[in-house]
This record gives sequence, structure tokens and C-alpha cells, in this order.
Amino acid sequence: MWRFALNRLLQAIPVLLIVISATFMLVHSAPGGPFSADKAVPPEVIKALEAQYNLDQPLWKQYISYLGDVVQGDFGPSFKYSGRTVNELIAAGIPATAELALYAMMVALIIGVSAGVAAAMRPNTLQDYVPMSAAMLGICMPSFLLGPLLVLIFGIYLEWLPVSGWGDMPGDKIMPSITLGTGYAAYIARLSRGGMLEVLSQDYIRTARAKGLSEPLIIFKHAMRGGLIPVVAFLGPAFAGLLGGSFVVETIFQIPGLGRFYVQAAFNRDYTMILGMTIFFATLIILFNLLSDMLAIWLDPKLRQQARGNN
Amino acid sequence: MNQIKASEQKKEQKQQQEQKQEQGTSLWKDAWIKLSKNYLALFGLGILALLCIISILTPWIAPYGYEEQDLILGATAPSIEHWLGTDIFGRDMLTRIMYGGRVSLTVGFIATAVALIIGVLWGAIAGFVGGRVDAVMMRIVDIMYALPFMIFIVLLMVVFGRNILLLFLAIGAVEWLTMARIVRSQVMSLRKQEFVEAAHSLGLSQWTIIRRHIIPNTLGPVIVYTTLTIPSVMLLEAFLSFLGLGIQPPQSSWGLLINYGVETMEEYPWLLIFPGVTLSLTLFALNFLGDGLRDALDPRTSKD
Amino acid sequence: MRHSPATTAPNPATHSYLRSNPVKALATLLLLTLLTSCGGGENNVSTGNRSGTLHWGNGTEPQSLDPHIATGVPEHKIIVALMEGLVLKDSKTLEPRPGVASSWDISEDGRVYTFYLRNNARWSNGDPHNAHDYVWSWWRALQPALGNLYAYMYFPIANAKEYYEGDISDFEQVGVKALDDLTLQVTLNNPTPYFLQLLDHYSLYPVHRATIEKFGDADQRGTRWTYEGNIVGNGPFQLSEWKINRRVVVERNPHYWDADSIKLNKIIFYPIENAVTVERMFRAGQLHYSGTVPADKIATYRERNDPALHIAPYLGVYFYRINTRVPQLQDKRVRRALGMTINRDKISQRILKGGQIPAYTITPPGTMGYHPKSDLAFNPEAARQLLADAGYPNGEGFPTTEILYNTSEGHRKIAVAIQQMWKKHLNIDVKLLNQEWKVYLNSVTSLDYEIGRAGWIGDYVDPNNFLDMFLCNGGNNRTGWCNPEYDQLILRSAPEAKTHAERLAIFNRAETMLLEDMPVIPIYIYTSNNLVNSSVKNFNDNILNQPSFKEMYLEADITDAGEKN
Repeated sequence: MWRFALNRLLQAIPVLLIVISATFMLVHSAPGGPFSADKAVPPEVIKALEAQYNLDQPLWKQYISYLGDVVQGDFGPSFKYSGRTVNELIAAGIPATAELALYAMMVALIIGVSAGVAAAMRPNTLQDYVPMSAAMLGICMPSFLLGPLLVLIFGIYLEWLPVSGWGDMPGDKIMPSITLGTGYAAYIARLSRGGMLEVLSQDYIRTARAKGLSEPLIIFKHAMRGGLIPVVAFLGPAFAGLLGGSFVVETIFQIPGLGRFYVQAAFNRDYTMILGMTIFFATLIILFNLLSDMLAIWLDPKLRQQARGNN
Repeated sequence: MNQIKASEQKKEQKQQQEQKQEQGTSLWKDAWIKLSKNYLALFGLGILALLCIISILTPWIAPYGYEEQDLILGATAPSIEHWLGTDIFGRDMLTRIMYGGRVSLTVGFIATAVALIIGVLWGAIAGFVGGRVDAVMMRIVDIMYALPFMIFIVLLMVVFGRNILLLFLAIGAVEWLTMARIVRSQVMSLRKQEFVEAAHSLGLSQWTIIRRHIIPNTLGPVIVYTTLTIPSVMLLEAFLSFLGLGIQPPQSSWGLLINYGVETMEEYPWLLIFPGVTLSLTLFALNFLGDGLRDALDPRTSKD
Repeated sequence: MRHSPATTAPNPATHSYLRSNPVKALATLLLLTLLTSCGGGENNVSTGNRSGTLHWGNGTEPQSLDPHIATGVPEHKIIVALMEGLVLKDSKTLEPRPGVASSWDISEDGRVYTFYLRNNARWSNGDPHNAHDYVWSWWRALQPALGNLYAYMYFPIANAKEYYEGDISDFEQVGVKALDDLTLQVTLNNPTPYFLQLLDHYSLYPVHRATIEKFGDADQRGTRWTYEGNIVGNGPFQLSEWKINRRVVVERNPHYWDADSIKLNKIIFYPIENAVTVERMFRAGQLHYSGTVPADKIATYRERNDPALHIAPYLGVYFYRINTRVPQLQDKRVRRALGMTINRDKISQRILKGGQIPAYTITPPGTMGYHPKSDLAFNPEAARQLLADAGYPNGEGFPTTEILYNTSEGHRKIAVAIQQMWKKHLNIDVKLLNQEWKVYLNSVTSLDYEIGRAGWIGDYVDPNNFLDMFLCNGGNNRTGWCNPEYDQLILRSAPEAKTHAERLAIFNRAETMLLEDMPVIPIYIYTSNNLVNSSVKNFNDNILNQPSFKEMYLEADITDAGEKN
């Protein structure tokens, strides 16, 4: 297992390098520079600005010097937010985003797994249809719809919860967590139902049943281990995605997270910011995909043997 | 003697294979029989068929033109002239939803199919071959995940111009990644299961094993994930259209209609409710059909 | 009790607790919901009214608070709280009022301004504030390396343009001099009626030299001098907190020369981009002010006659640029026909709904007493004739033309309506094309479009600010249209005009030329749509949409109308 992890971490180096290079190329070939504006910008100003951010140098030189900075952990200055460094901006966005991601994932797992498992225990009965229809509704309800709807009901009409904010008022974290978590809950419910059905029809479960083991013991001890493998494979990228920030939810609820920065950076052609966020995001993806693969191995004894054998 | 024995063995094997082949075809026949007993799935299939037929016939049966405006009329609630009301331009919502369905259903099915084909192949190969090939393939998936999607879209738009095909490409390019991961994990876990190992020891070829054991057993999660992908693809289309890739007004799609509807949900709720209900109905239908298919194709339940 | 420790979630202890036991965590979440649902609680507006804290919805996260670097409205709102120019504007009439300068003289020929500074003007750290600060600050603002986008605001000053463009290297020759500590003399190229207004624009604000030099070179961008704890200003408020994407907080500046008249204790600026969110926050009493209202919400507020909605004319025009190099658009008859078939009244009433004024000229009528005549009107009959004369009878043979707009709900709606109007009245096919902002800018500046949406907000109240856009080599022209006669009028005749009336008459002649050729189609004059809580007093609407924080104060109505609308 640990050799497996180490191996994957070593593979991460070329992956990151490719991501950085590809993004660097993408960003610099996107039309419209960071300094174009509605009111015409005099050429002198453009020149001065480009000189200040080294954009007047040949691309390969910029690339090399950027890589040099990145290796030292310096993502450079933001082009748009004059006086802010990318490190500073990302650091400013992490706490809110991480906290939101955690709560959302909790909401998603609790609702999703319990709905999915319950449905799989009695397929094609009411216990199946009701949670699965609710899950489907969750998918139909994209966050740009669910968020404003929740705000309207609980924030404006009922006045139970603050309409926006993050840590400014008690209870203002509830609606964003639910909004963000619901979409994922729906996925998890569907995936766990499918996975559980797969497992429940397998021989070892039949054997267990034949042995007269109690149903909860079968479900929780034996079936869930294998049945949740599809969920685990989904969790890695999902959690990384959550940590990359959710633009929609952060915008609706006025949360100072990373998602708004990322989208704004892309719109503003804030090169260093896009690159910085991408590297940060790529690292998260690599780590969480690794974690979810490790979890899958741990859950599945056969894979565990294989991992031991292969590496 | 030995020769005869060998030829007999071969004969036996052949017979066995033929038998299996029969079993293979009967798997689909079986599935169909089971599906036709599943009323919910049939209902889903019926709804989907109906929606597709309406979409195809829309240009002939739509009550109004989709761009016909009546600014003086503006947004009105459902009435006899306009069953589902009108939007702020005075355009008939029923007509808009019908035309929107053409776009949404096409994008939903084609883009998902693109994602499905790439994702399943990629994941199955990575999972089945394993080792170094697997590592390289999955790292490529990691890279694709990490690239900034928005910049990618903007570039696509600039380099290739606006083209509905691009929309499929862009959506397919992001949606297959998760599919690949799911299929791979499934395949890897199957590869080491008893019946697959048994097939190996029986000397069946790799391809036969893939075809006969791996694919049917991964179908379940794949179908489930596909029914999940279609709605998210439809909503992604709205986002891309909003960014300028994809369809341009006055054309519309369900995702776009919902997008606009959200903004005015307090003032003109019907602009949100009707497209929302249509999309939900489609997804429920898909879901029921998907579940029915999953159950019908499950090789183990077929033994019961 | 609002702030009981049980209801504040964000501490590490809660984190690990939540992680360790998801079921209990869910229960906690539910419990939290119930707890908070009990008390209606107090909102920002009512607490703010008591403590004198104004909660201000401010659009976007400020890109910079350096007055020589910043552009954009949200930045402007914060900077005017932190800094002040020589002259202020009356918040109703926009007439010049004394700022740091208590009085000023203007020479006979209108070219030399002498400002007499207050002897009690101070920086927010207590340092004396004098005429030399202006000379240094203006020198800094004209350093090309600083990348000041508003450098052109200095160009009426003698030799400022030449210095900025590097033709002169000696700043001594630029028309600004400190005659003594409290007297500043400014010499202009020409008599410039709007010069006093420019002094209230943040690009001409003074900056604190010692602070800037402490954190970097004078002409260096992106130093940390504008951060909380560093920045020193001379305005009625001082920066006390700047949390990225969360809030910017300013508090009273005790060293401000007019500190006694300031009534607000604190202003909190919230960077809220989403129009729906900001309106809801306002409705829930989390904000005293919102500068954006979704169009369909405007109608609702108007129907209710809600006093919170402030609608006022705004010095800006929404128009379509026409790329005059596109073959089918080269003929001015075609362009006129397009201009004459937009039903502006319908657009304003049925789509925009915010009292926007149909525009038939590029300069908003009434700008400095300027009331341009226009022969542009909605006239489909005549337009069809023009189009036929141009060789497209009943629109036949007219190639499909594209309207380009940047991605936005508002622009989309207008384009959809105009597309249909042209189809209906001229029988021509128009396609819509939306591009993401930077791509759109790229297309428009490189003339890679056919018809493009545009807007212009005046920096100062003068027709010149609108009409000099369309000079042959004007950076904002972007239509390919060029008329040397027009340039002559704007660049030569207008500055040399002897009287105000003569000057306006020259502008009118130029504007008539522009409208005759119609490289641009004016559509509507903006209005400012603000939501202002009834407890905010002295919030005055003006055409620059610049209410004065200095004058505002908070006073809850007896009926406590601040709670709800």
C-alpha cells in the first residue's frame, strides 16, 4: 500500500509539469490580455504594464522564470488585484472553501449513502422509489436553482436563516452546505444503490444469508464494503472538485472562497492567478484520486492482494 | 487415441462455446423480456419516446414561431392562447420548450454517448491491462481534470468558431473522465473475482472474458452513471451557451430556459416551473428506464 | 441572545467533532436550524442604525485602492471615502464646492487656476497636508510606469500630455506649481469649463508620499501601501479592515478637516457581484444600499411605489457600434435605416423597465446645459425607403449580419428585441453572437465584428467626454468611421470657443454630423437604479450616481421601517 502511494506521488511530478505547461500555453493563447479594458488603454500604459509583469519577454523565458518561481512555492503577483500575490489570494480563499467542502460532503454522504443503501435493500418497492426519486430531483435541481429557491423560502419568506454570508451570522453556513451537498448526494445515492445491488446479488452474500447472519450485519459489515466502491471512485474527484471551490454557490451566498477567484481569474485573464489556481487544483486532484484509490483497495480485499502483488 | 481424444475435446469445447454464445444472445433476449415486465421502465421508455417524437415534429406542430415576439404582451401567466404562458418578450413558452427540447435532447444524448464511449473504453482498458498502461492512462485523466475548463472553452470557441459540434466535443471532453474512473475501478475489482479467474483457467481468450464477463458486469454502474450524466450534460450545455459556445438566442434549450427562469422566479414563476418540470420528467423517465435496463441486464439476476 | 457560543460553528473543535461523528453532526446542523429559526433576530440595518454603521453593497472586490491605479465604480466608492481632492461636488447639483482648497481664483482668460488650501487639512496619520503634496502626487500619476488608465484626465493641464508621452522630460514645465505651502497654481492649455470637476475625480487625488515611498518606488505598481494598516489618506474616513472577497471597512478619520460634520461612524463595503443576491440581502435587511437591481425586480418595486427604489438619470449612453468597414454596412443609408427601426420606447418600457430614457443622441441631453438636436426617430417607413435606396428593397439581398454583445443577461435581452425589430421592419436576417468579456473586447478593438453593443459612462459632465470618442484615431472609436471635419470641430473649434453657448453649438454641429453618418446607433440613456433603505438620510441622487458619504447619516424611522419592505 505505501509503496503504491509513493509510486503514485512520484508519478505526480510529470503530471504536474504537463498540467503547468499545458495551462501556460492555453492561458497565453487565449484572446484578450489581462490589461485590455472597456475604455481604450493607451499603448504606453500597456507597454509599462507588460514590462512590469515580464510579459514583454519571449514566451519561453517567461515560462522558465515562472517554473523557477513555482518550484520555490511562489505563484507570483496577481495581475488584476494590484498589490496582492497569488499565494495570498489562494490562502485567503482556502478556509471558507475547505469548510464548505467538508460540510457539503458530509451532507452528501449522509443523505446519499443512507438513501442508496435503503433503496438497495428492498429494490422495486416504495423504499426504493421514494429515496431514488428524491435523488433524481436532487440532480434536476442544479445549485443555481436550489440555492436561490432555498434563500427565497428560508431566508426571505420564513426568515429562519440569513440569506447570505459565511461566518458572519449564526446559521449562515447551513443553506450553502445543503445547496452544494444535494447535487453530490443525488449522485452518491444512485451510485451506492447500484453498487449495493451488485454486491447483494453475489455469492458470498447469499452464503452469508444462508448461514443465517442477521440482515443488518450482512449489509453493514459485508455488503457495504464492496457496494460502496463506485462511490469511493466518485468521491476522489468530487472532493477535489469541492475544494476547488464552487463558483455558483459562493456567488449566491456571498462566500469568500476559491471558486469565485478561479472563475474571475479566467474571465480577467489574470495569468498568474489562473496558473496558481490550476496547480493548486491539480495537486488536490492527484492527492484525492490517490486517496480514493487507496480507499478502494482497502475496501476490496482482492484489490488489496493485487496491490501487494504488483508493487 | 490421443488424437481422437484431442479432437473430441475440441468438439466439446466448441459445443460449449456455442452453448455460451447462445447464452450470450439469450442474455439480450432475456433482458428484453424482463424489461417488458417492468412497467416503470416501460413508462420511462414511453415518455422518452413521446418527447423525442414531439421534438422531431416540433416545426410542424408548434403553436407559434419560437422567435415571434410581442413586447406589448410581455410576460403573461398561462392562458387559453398560451397554455404555458409567455416570456418577457411575449414569446409562447410551450413553443419555446418544444424547440428547446430539440437542442437539449440532442446534446444530452450525443454528448453523453461521446463521453460514454471514450470513458468506458478508456476505463476498461486501463483497468483490465493494468500495470504501466493503467498508470499512464489514469495520469492522463488526472491531467484532463486539472486543466482550467473555462479557458479551454474560450480557446475552442476562438480557434474553431461557433459550432454545435464543438459543444458535443467540449462536453464529451469533460464528462468522460469520471466515467473512466468508475469503469476502471469496477473492472479492476471484477478482474480478480472467482468467475473471471475461473474463465481464465478455462483458457478463454482475453477478449472473450472482456466481452462475456467484464462488460456485462460493469453495465450496471455504467448505466447508472449514464442516467446521471445526461442531466448534467443538459445543464452544462446551458452554461456553455451562456458563455457563447453552443446555441445563440433566439434559439433556446431547457437548460437556458431554466437559467433565465431562475432570475425571475418570484415575478414570473411559470418561466421556471414549466421548463423545470419538463426536464425533471425527462430525467425521471431516463432514471426508470436506466434502472430497468440495469436490472434486466444483470447477469446474476438472470439466473434466478 | 444572538451570539451564543453554541451557534457559532467555525472553530477547529467543531471541525474535528463533525468529522468524527457525521450522524451527530447532522443532528447538530438540524439543531442549529431550529435554534436560529426561533428568534427573528436583528439584522444589519437595525444594528447599523444604532451604531452609525452603513452597510453598503458594493459590486465587486476592489482591484486596487490606489487612486492612480484604480478604475471602476466599486473602487471609486471606497476611494472617495478615504481621500479627497481640492474641490468637491455638490451631491445634488454637482456644482464645485470647496474641498481641501477652501477657495480658488480663475484668471481672466480661464487658463490659470489658483487654489488656496486649508491650513487645517491633515493626512489621516496627522501629518500636515499641503500644496507640495499635489505637485508630487500629480507627478506620480503621470509616470508611465505606473500604468494610470486615467492619465488623460490630466491632459487639460499645460504640458501634461507632452510630459506623459515623453516629449518633455522636465516636470517643471508642466502647469502645476506650489506657490507656497498653501497655494497651488495650475495652468491649463485652454480654458476648460469642466476642469474643476476633474479635481473631484480620484485620479487627481493627492497621495501620501512618505507612505508610498515606504513600501516601494513612487511609480511602482502593486506595492502594499494601500493595505489595511498601511494606507494614509486625507478623506473623511480611514481604512480599518480589508478582507478579500468579504468586506472593506472604513471608520471616521479624526484628522479630517471637516471631521465634526461627519455623522457616519463606519461604512462596511461588501463585494457582492450577483444582482439577485444583493437585492435579496437588501430585502432581508442585511444592507442599507444596493447599487444594482435586477430588471424584473425594478418593475416590482415600481409597482409597489416602494420608496427604497431610487431611479435617476445617469450620465451614460447605451449604443450599438457599427463596423463601417463591413461591405453591407458601408452605406450610411443602411446604417440610418438600422437606427430608425429600433423602437426605443418599447425597449425601455418593456425590457429595461428602469425608467431608461430612449436615446436619439450619443450625448445625454442636458449635459452641462447641452440639448442636442436630433433628426433620428423611430420611422420604419422612411427606413425601408433608405434601405431600398441603398440597393436592398424589402431587405432582399441583404447579407445576414451579426450583433455582437458581451455575455450578459441585459445585453442579450436588448439584442433579442432588436434582432426581431430589424426582421420585422426591414426584413433582414440578424444573428446574435455573444462573447465572453475579454474576447468581446478583442473583437471590437480589432474591428472583427459587424454590429457591436457598447456603453459609455461619462467621467465628467461635459459633451466633450462623449464626442471625443469618435475622433479618427480615438482609441474608443472602434467603428472605422473617420471624418476630419468632425475632428476639427472637437479638437480645434470647441476649445477655442469664446462663450459657453458657442461651444455647445459647435458640439451640436459635430453631433449632427455623427448622427447623419451613424457609425453608432444610440439606444438609451442609462439611469442609476439604487435601493436605499429608508433609514439612510441625505442620500442624494445625481447624474454621476455619486452620493456623498460625508453628508449621509442614519436614522431609523419611528415605525422601524428598516426591518422590512
